[in-house]
Amino acid sequence: MVDLLTHIVAKYNYWLYIILMMIGLYAMIVKNNLVKKLVGMNIFQTSIILFFVSIGYKKGATIPIIENAHGNGHGGKQLLIRAADYINPLPHVLMLTAIVVSVATFGVALALAVKIYQRYQTLEEDEIRMRLTRK
Amino acid sequence: MKFFGFLIVSLCGGLLLYASSEFPDWGDPDSPASRHLSPHYIEESLAETGVPNLVTSVLADYRSFDTMFETAVIFCAGLACLLLLRKYKPETDRYYRHIPTGVILHFKNSRKSLPVGSEFELMDADWVPYDLVIKTVCRILIPFIQLYALYVVAHGDFSPGGGFQGGVIFGSSLILLAISYNLRTAVQRIKERVLGFLCVLGVLIYAGLGVLCMFLGGEFLDYSRLAAILPADPVHVRALGMLGVEIGVGIAVMAVMAAIYVNIASAGRHDEGL
Amino acid sequence: MHWQLDLFILTLVIFCALAAISVKDLLSTAILFGAYSFMMCLLWAGMGAVDVAFTEASVGAGVSTVFFVAAVFRTTRRTKD
Repeated sequence: MVDLLTHIVAKYNYWLYIILMMIGLYAMIVKNNLVKKLVGMNIFQTSIILFFVSIGYKKGATIPIIENAHGNGHGGKQLLIRAADYINPLPHVLMLTAIVVSVATFGVALALAVKIYQRYQTLEEDEIRMRLTRK
Repeated sequence: MKFFGFLIVSLCGGLLLYASSEFPDWGDPDSPASRHLSPHYIEESLAETGVPNLVTSVLADYRSFDTMFETAVIFCAGLACLLLLRKYKPETDRYYRHIPTGVILHFKNSRKSLPVGSEFELMDADWVPYDLVIKTVCRILIPFIQLYALYVVAHGDFSPGGGFQGGVIFGSSLILLAISYNLRTAVQRIKERVLGFLCVLGVLIYAGLGVLCMFLGGEFLDYSRLAAILPADPVHVRALGMLGVEIGVGIAVMAVMAAIYVNIASAGRHDEGL
Repeated sequence: MHWQLDLFILTLVIFCALAAISVKDLLSTAILFGAYSFMMCLLWAGMGAVDVAFTEASVGAGVSTVFFVAAVFRTTRRTKD
């Protein structure tokens, strides 16, 4: 029983991330509106970013900015820095650029949606398909 | 379709949930992700680059090739928005407002135009009266937002922040100008040509710094070579090189965010919008 | 980060995501999506990823909501699902 409980406490975060990811995937597959599909795509993206960031998390560590760094960076006496004291910065770096790129792609996708609306006067997938077959 | 989608989603989710039992525990300091490369970044980065913020030092120094192409991706996104939406033909329906009396003139399908100045002003088809409170508050707020953005870029070495965040904040101050006044004012303040130039300039600063390092005898983006032309020791000069590329990133991101907003809000006509 | 707070914000994030994809008005979707991004930003700040949280607060909750509202302004609020 205690074993199961520790298992849940160690893993429930991942389960919730997977649920979030699946919400995004479901919206991308099932939703009829193009902008809703975009929201699904963004939810999917953020949940993956969340997963990556959580991989870098360490219990009992602090944020990845070196403390008392002034005057010790060059010259001076060396500061003792232990890797276990600071959260892993590598996933943060990867995900930071991913967020900014995601908003840029979101902008392009919205531009495409605006263009589609100008042409077909609708954002619903089935109506667009109807208008495409009529021609 | 709904059932089909639900089936796929539950299959995928089930597989992932099954796989999650193999993941390291949440917050485990000995997880594989923090065992191989990241201890080197954490322990050596301050001595090697002199930058206390590890995220900035990894972003702009160890992985700066990656970041350069991320900036290029953002530039391409701005370019794609422009190419998709931009219309160069001016609108034939124009509305003018006579400022002293508030009379509105509507020109239908005509090429005639009135001189815009203190007497007449161009206005949008769905115009709402200016709100004095919003205009005044935004006019006071915008310089502070821009100052804060510059602070975020310049202080990215020591505190959370950097080129991406500062660029986005600066871009959003331009967007705030467009929202609180109107799009025309914002486009007049910072012209489309200037925005395009800034997009290119940001990426060029980044790549140019890399090429400069090559000319000084190092590898592409090896900032320590800049010590030959800057009066600082090689460790400190790496921090300066990072600041340089962060400025490039900030300029590119700022211009791209503003350009995407202007294109979407006016559907490519750059005259009226949100 | 306390696990209670973590769990609370995660639940809120999932509710925001469900609401954002199920509400029948795109402007509401935009605002709910902004709220979602902001909750996500809190979650990351709690995990110690301050740079990522800062980026998400300025990009996800700020600029992308504005893009969204601008696109809704240029298209339509109507949605069938």
